[in-house]
Amino acid sequence: MTDDLPAGRAAGDGEPAAGRPPPSLAPDAPAPTVGRGGRRRDQAIALGWLVAIWLLLWGDLSWGNVLAGLVVGAAVLLFFPLPPVTFGGRLRPGPLLVLAVTFAGELVSASLHVAAVALRPGYRPRGAIIAVPLRIRTDLNLALTAEVISLVPGTLILEVDRDNGVLYVHVLDVRGPEDLTGSRERILAVERRIVRAVGSPAEVRQLSPEPVDRRNHP
Amino acid sequence: MIGTVADWLGGLCLLAGALLSLVAGIGVLRFPDVLDRMHAATKPQVLGVLLLLVGLALRLRTPSDLGMIALVAVFQLATAPVAAQMIGRAAYRSGRIDRDLLDVDELAGR
Repeated sequence: MTDDLPAGRAAGDGEPAAGRPPPSLAPDAPAPTVGRGGRRRDQAIALGWLVAIWLLLWGDLSWGNVLAGLVVGAAVLLFFPLPPVTFGGRLRPGPLLVLAVTFAGELVSASLHVAAVALRPGYRPRGAIIAVPLRIRTDLNLALTAEVISLVPGTLILEVDRDNGVLYVHVLDVRGPEDLTGSRERILAVERRIVRAVGSPAEVRQLSPEPVDRRNHP
Repeated sequence: MIGTVADWLGGLCLLAGALLSLVAGIGVLRFPDVLDRMHAATKPQVLGVLLLLVGLALRLRTPSDLGMIALVAVFQLATAPVAAQMIGRAAYRSGRIDRDLLDVDELAGR
């Protein structure tokens, strides 16, 4: 699923193999061109996902459905080509589980929080828009973090500054400055969990010295 | 036996999901601003739909239905935040937000 999430804001940011510095180290450099092999591999993976979705939609596994799925998937890839976003990291089951469980917990607590605010009589929640610079600036990380943040407590993405890797986030129900600090920390914690789950080793290393407000905006 | 338990759990999930969706609707109605409304339209709404789907899965229990339910859940999770972001961004860019409700605005002037 991870390959097709960042479709909308993907750019030329392929990462065919290890041995190349992660794009976040040189954000201003021109996007590297992906080798033909890497592109082919990405398309094959995308085709696999599309066929899987097709089969799930039909609800039964038959040669006819696989064949039709291949045709439809190939047509989708041919007529709606996506900018290349190669998955450069690796999946780590342990951190992935941590990510999923915390996500589920935060989704529940966020829902209850918003529900409580919605039902409290005569209460007008105050909001704020804060800028949160992420530490890893790859498109995949930006997209995944933005997705998760929109679903966890009190935060909603308004704007994404892709070049600088900054998310502009609306925070609901702000009662004081400490709520804003808390939101920033929560967002960076989400990023950390995502990078630990799917990032490349270099990206994980980039996270490890982590004074949280090191790059906070003035 | 297991079927009865699953039926009851499924019923509870359906009820909880319906209640959350109701609260999301109330939030959309009551919140003063577009941005606040988007909060109501993403979080309780998404969890409400997920609970309804879990409830359905527990009641139906057939593989082909489970596949379809999983697809709905994945697409709901993937698309709801994107839709909310697009609406919030459009509201911000066109100035249709209530600045009196904002304590801080670090996006101003960009």
